[in-house]
Amino acid sequence: MSTTEILFFFLSALALFSAIMVVLSKNPVHSVLWLIAVFFSISGHYILLNAQFLAIVNLIVYAGAIMVLFLFVIMLMNLNAESEPQKHLWMKLAGVVSGGCFFLVLVSLVRQAADMTDKMALMGDGNIGLIKNLGKALFTDFVVPFEITSVLFLSAMVGAVVIGKKE
Amino acid sequence: MPIQYYIYLSLALFSIGIIGVLTRRNAIIVFMCIELMLNAVNLLLVAFSKMHYGMALAADPATTAGIDGQLFVFFIMVVAAAEVSVGLAIIVMMFRNTHSVDINFLNRLKN
Repeated sequence: MSTTEILFFFLSALALFSAIMVVLSKNPVHSVLWLIAVFFSISGHYILLNAQFLAIVNLIVYAGAIMVLFLFVIMLMNLNAESEPQKHLWMKLAGVVSGGCFFLVLVSLVRQAADMTDKMALMGDGNIGLIKNLGKALFTDFVVPFEITSVLFLSAMVGAVVIGKKE
Repeated sequence: MPIQYYIYLSLALFSIGIIGVLTRRNAIIVFMCIELMLNAVNLLLVAFSKMHYGMALAADPATTAGIDGQLFVFFIMVVAAAEVSVGLAIIVMMFRNTHSVDINFLNRLKN
């Protein structure tokens, strides 16, 4: 078993365990911290796939900015495990069963797909994930969506201020 | 690494996100589970991008095939950041009106 495989399985187990703990944690602050662990392990996967730019952006944008925003909102509302609303046991069971059915259907679909057998994801090699090549493609082929993105951000900023301000 | 391992991992993360959306009543946790699903999709896009690149590399050593997938991930992150800012503003507004983040209170929007 090579180092890459060991790292892959370790990061996968860490991501799955942390994702389950996000759902199971009673305290919302703990959920946020477990979600940050998920983002770190997914960034590790990106580094294994040599997508270095996306690994750093994932850490900065998701684990850095978005999760801090979540933490601020949770602390602003003073939420804790005691004030946590709970669903009925039967509703929880129905949710788990339907999510599990979704998972099983898609797994059986992928197992039988002839397109997906014997295909390998290139690990630790290739330079398409480097910032030089991504930037070149971003500012030639994808320059119009990139500029539209700035309008989207401006409208999101204005929208957040308008929605969040008091009367 | 076989691409199927990445598909199974992404499917598992996505299903956990779905289970979280279905079983939790806290609006912030539901929102975090949606972020989890977005990240599962991002991971699968990067894995497929590297698979595509690996297949095109045999024919042409200077190929940039598969770079679109990584740029899509970049755009998904951008849209997710905008979505989170607006969504959390809506949750804060809802908390100010009802003093709760229980999504069952959202059916008051009907009237």
